[in-house]
Amino acid sequence: MTRKELVVSALENGTVLDHIPAENVYKALDILNLKGIESQITLGINLASKVHGKKGIIKIADKFFEDDELNKLALIAPNATVNVIKEFKVVEKKKLEMPKEVVGIAKCRNPKCVTNHQPITTRFTTVQKNNEIQLLCHFCEKITTTKYII
Amino acid sequence: MSRKSLISIWDFSKEEILHVLETAKEFEQNRVQNFLEGKVIASLFFEPSTRTRLSFETAINRLGAKVIGFSDASNTSQSKGETLKDTIKMVNNYVDMIVMRHPLEGSSRYASEVATVPVVNAGDGANQHPSQTLLDLYSILKTQGKLEGLTINMVGDLKYGRTTHSLLQAMSHFNPRFIFTAPKELEMPREYKDFLDSKGIEYIETTSLDEYLNDCDILYMTRVQQERFTDPMEYERVKDVYRLEASMLGNVKDNMKILHPLPRVNEIDQDVDETPYAYYFTQAENGLYVRMAIISYLLGYR
Repeated sequence: MTRKELVVSALENGTVLDHIPAENVYKALDILNLKGIESQITLGINLASKVHGKKGIIKIADKFFEDDELNKLALIAPNATVNVIKEFKVVEKKKLEMPKEVVGIAKCRNPKCVTNHQPITTRFTTVQKNNEIQLLCHFCEKITTTKYII
Repeated sequence: MSRKSLISIWDFSKEEILHVLETAKEFEQNRVQNFLEGKVIASLFFEPSTRTRLSFETAINRLGAKVIGFSDASNTSQSKGETLKDTIKMVNNYVDMIVMRHPLEGSSRYASEVATVPVVNAGDGANQHPSQTLLDLYSILKTQGKLEGLTINMVGDLKYGRTTHSLLQAMSHFNPRFIFTAPKELEMPREYKDFLDSKGIEYIETTSLDEYLNDCDILYMTRVQQERFTDPMEYERVKDVYRLEASMLGNVKDNMKILHPLPRVNEIDQDVDETPYAYYFTQAENGLYVRMAIISYLLGYR
């Protein structure tokens, strides 16, 4: 299965992010800061997935990520898998780990939070609650959901 | 010792809480303490709060330090568009400690990360007001002789009332039992009940003030705060829902004391003031000793 998909784009070197919820593909591009990079990016959205209904896939040529960068994706795509490709072969498969801290990529939903009124980088700690990930604001101590990730 | 600020009640461990309460007791016995002579402390009130400000500034004076600051942000550079960061950086150059109140939630935490001197949060919007919490604990300890195993009945606005949330968090160190008396619209938020569940702390919820009145050691009354409501109709519906009168206190426990963070409006009738259960005015006075103790501890003295 996986192999067939990889063949489609015939990535020689790079990273394949698979099993992203279809609706979060564009967010994933933002979180990984892929806007404006030079390498070739192939997007698949609303692809059939046996497990998740519809999924998204992102293939980025000649780009390799640090684990910290990739783990941010766990916030919007906890089941995503990462395939590192070198010379057309999957040399590494990674699972994402939920980051303990989320810096800058989410907005606090509390309208009275200082981060919504002053030029401050937001900071949250992640809290797992009943299979849902919540974000606890470092500043106002209120809970925000992952919907508020940019 | 590394610099320590007091922003949220969670910044103090159980041991630190008990230490501050112990020091407050010493200061109550001897109000004249001049060991901070030569220090300057900033009192930055970006929103007015006469009670808290006077209490802090008196505490600073009683410790022998001097105060600079403002009681209203309208005549500061904030009104010219200066960022909070710049205001704090500037004041930080002049003083040994910053006490601040600000309407935005999280502003004190942010200030404590911008400043190099200790910061004391004197209230950040509806979030935290830890010196109030510590003076509540001090009042409970003083009237009950202990903090362990008490039944606390919180009444009124448990949804927006930050004093009840912080008190609940602080009391969680001491095996309490809670009664939450509130109308449905103002009941204790889920997150705090989840917190109590996770700690195995018992709580009962009721909408009736009479129901558990005779069952508690501390009756913690709160005002329904108009300024926290976005919907004026909701405020009108709930503002006068509880009103405590002396005639209701016939069968309460002998040791029961009524606390209130003040100011009160209609929730406690004046005739309660003369009963032996009223403690809210002494509670406010206790704030002075507790704030002296907080300042002295954070500056590395006692």
